[in-house]
Amino acid sequence: MGRDDAAEIVRQHVIDPEICIRCNTCEETCPVHAVTHDSRNYVVDPNICKTCGTCIAPCPTGAIDNWRQVEKFKPYSLDEQLSWDSLPSPVEFDGTVGAALPDDVERLTTEARAGQGGVAPAPWSAESPSVNICTPSNPAIATVTANFRLTDDNASSDIRHIILDLGNLPFPVLEGQSIGVIAPGADANGRPHHIRLYSVASPRDGEKPNHNNLSLTVKRVTEDHDGRKMRGVASNYLCDLRKGDPVTIVGPYGTTFLMPNHSGSSLLMICTGTGSAPMRAMTERRRRRRMLKEGGELMLFFGARGPGELPYFGPLTKLPRDFIDVNFAFSREPGKPKTYVQDLIRARATEVARLLQDDNCYIYVCGLKGMEDGIKDAFREVCMSNGMSWDALQPQLLAKGRFHAETY
Amino acid sequence: MSIDYSEKIPNNVDLAGDKALQRALEHWQPEFLSWWKDMGPEGSLNHDVYLRTAVSVEPGGWANFGYVKMPEYRWGIFLNPAEADRKIQFGDHKGEPAWQDVPGEHRGNLRRIIVTQGDTEPASVEQQRHLGLTAPSLYDLRNLFQVNVEEGRHLWAMVYLLHRYFGRDGREEAEALLERRSGDRDNPRILGAFNERTPDWLAFFMFTYFTDRDGKFQLSALAESGFDPLARTSKFMLTEEAHHMFVGESGVARIVQRTGEIMAREKTDDSAKIRSLGAIDLATVQRYLNFHYSVTLDLFGSDVSSNAATFYSSGLKGRFEESKQSDDHVLKNMTYPVLEVVDGKLIERQAPTLNALNERLRDDFIRDSVAGVGRWNRVISKTGVNFELKVPHKAFNRRIGPLAQIRVAPDGRVVSQAEWDANVHHWLPTPEDRAFVQTLMGRVVEPGKFANWIAAPAMGINKQPINFEYVRFS
Repeated sequence: MGRDDAAEIVRQHVIDPEICIRCNTCEETCPVHAVTHDSRNYVVDPNICKTCGTCIAPCPTGAIDNWRQVEKFKPYSLDEQLSWDSLPSPVEFDGTVGAALPDDVERLTTEARAGQGGVAPAPWSAESPSVNICTPSNPAIATVTANFRLTDDNASSDIRHIILDLGNLPFPVLEGQSIGVIAPGADANGRPHHIRLYSVASPRDGEKPNHNNLSLTVKRVTEDHDGRKMRGVASNYLCDLRKGDPVTIVGPYGTTFLMPNHSGSSLLMICTGTGSAPMRAMTERRRRRRMLKEGGELMLFFGARGPGELPYFGPLTKLPRDFIDVNFAFSREPGKPKTYVQDLIRARATEVARLLQDDNCYIYVCGLKGMEDGIKDAFREVCMSNGMSWDALQPQLLAKGRFHAETY
Repeated sequence: MSIDYSEKIPNNVDLAGDKALQRALEHWQPEFLSWWKDMGPEGSLNHDVYLRTAVSVEPGGWANFGYVKMPEYRWGIFLNPAEADRKIQFGDHKGEPAWQDVPGEHRGNLRRIIVTQGDTEPASVEQQRHLGLTAPSLYDLRNLFQVNVEEGRHLWAMVYLLHRYFGRDGREEAEALLERRSGDRDNPRILGAFNERTPDWLAFFMFTYFTDRDGKFQLSALAESGFDPLARTSKFMLTEEAHHMFVGESGVARIVQRTGEIMAREKTDDSAKIRSLGAIDLATVQRYLNFHYSVTLDLFGSDVSSNAATFYSSGLKGRFEESKQSDDHVLKNMTYPVLEVVDGKLIERQAPTLNALNERLRDDFIRDSVAGVGRWNRVISKTGVNFELKVPHKAFNRRIGPLAQIRVAPDGRVVSQAEWDANVHHWLPTPEDRAFVQTLMGRVVEPGKFANWIAAPAMGINKQPINFEYVRFS
């Protein structure tokens, strides 16, 4: 996941030939036909496999659930895999090349990026990020120094601002990076809880400048995407923390969803709910440097059900208009028509089109998966009405590291 | 396509929309449970077993794990999703839309196919019912029970087809499926291999490796059927069948691994010495293999069969991987080699392909089986021991078809009755072999512990640790 593609380390899906019984279930199940076989082995084509995991549960042996860290452009070929009698030993990559990330982090990141439409490198002027300093086998313990509710008391969601102190621990984070939280205890099957990723809401010099701390924006999860009741283990754990409590964290993660640092660079930010965390971090970074008069502009589209549901609503409304152009979209305000971020993007088509065409403007989307299609449709219309083509533009934005989306 | 678990009979076939059928199956259900209590795994009714249960037929949904008491297992009726505009792929009706109902002219043959398949399912539960008392570990005990409940579910799958599509005849056949008994002199199961005993765990693993693999090939052929409900049922059964073959393949692999380790440690290949150290000598493993392999080959039926031709031409039963074959899928005027006995000798002759479809499926099975035996040999060679298991010649020890008339040694030589009698104790398990294996069969119930004659598996079920409590006794 480094910016130097030659050294990028990826997870390759492989099948253990010593455990596989060649029952053909995986080949039958794979939705993209990435599994194939000869008379000796069943193998996964690294050029086709989307690591979607559909084949995992049906495998009767567990042979299918194997992964190897490889350099992106040097995966094990089909011929190599077909010749195996046993899996090759895992290769250890040292940290300078890009150490192996935990499987949970790889999976969550892949899911979050699914709607981005392709791979985007970090902006050329982004600071080099530190990643994977603390691993599940060697995690960090942070201490809660504050935990307060951001949403109104009568709001439907409980969103919290949680500040973690890192003491003397070297744990540098950049705006747009995330950290992993491991809730204590075990799941119903007695296994440790999965890592959950949270974007950092504070800028690189800390929630409080020049303190080794960071903040998270956490929504208490009480239902799943389909509205069925469920209790999010990590989010409830975090929301219930009290000052002084220890928290096990890993990371930091993320090497591309980073802000540009050069003078005159602009940010177009679109978010809903807790997707505001990285936008707050970037905005705060710029606010603290305003007196340097580095130029560039900030434009924010922020969606929520109503003002009381919007984290950081108060502080945002107090920011001067000549610093940031804030556009709130409320979908459940009494007596007003439902408005979504895509509606406001259309309403501000001229300014948005100008920023899309500006090579110094970097675009960030973060929030619920459901927002992606609406935003892309809005971009498509904005482009069309300004004589451009979104479908032609988007690959260029990605190639230049100007378009970054993380949705969940 | 999720499965409705609020129903008495979980199903994804809208059973509630057909009240008469629902009533008929709800009437059959207690009879099934009563059969399970009488003939299912002995002494197991109150165990909490870590089983997988299907909650939908989509890949993510059919492997849900949790503790279940087996009589409360949610046996139900699950068909793979329908394929829109599916066409018959082979035979005289090739290209016509697949049948959603039973065509009148094929009714008798279809019923026969379904009953024959259905009869094997409760039969194997009956054959295996005493094994739980001698399981070499909790892990293996759980695997046995998983196989058993899924055989029970496969019976449900066939009974649904009988009830839904064959009226009164079908209901009577469904009753008879619960009345026949494996090995019963007066009312045996239909196919020979399903009346053999499965007296010990080596036999169980060989059975699940070879005989359940026959199931895989029969189901694969039925999954091609022009009768769409049978095809969809068989497809879903295949995903379950894979677990059974896993139990067999890994079970034998763990036995030969353990034996190989002991042979390497003690630097011996003396069967008596190996037995004295509490492991199963590889010669005995070979004899068990010869027996289960040859008995299973008979399950494919006569080498030349007009029934097989009829089933194919009428679109009822295809070949293994029919859609991957590059021929015309009608097979008229084509030939396929079969073995024949002429003047006491085995010769190969060409038979019409349509009539040789049993032989062809048998050959597909042989290829698949041989590959797995090769994997066992890799396990043995990894222990440093120089020994190769082999499948015997396909004419060895056959009881069905023209090959039943002659005696053939494992290497394919036709031998006299006298030579057979003098050597059969080298080729097939003797009463002494079986008695010895029986002496090893003691129950191990401490989590993470395994009987001396079998190695621990490489990994647990559903990523659980090997010392997980896969079965809780109460």
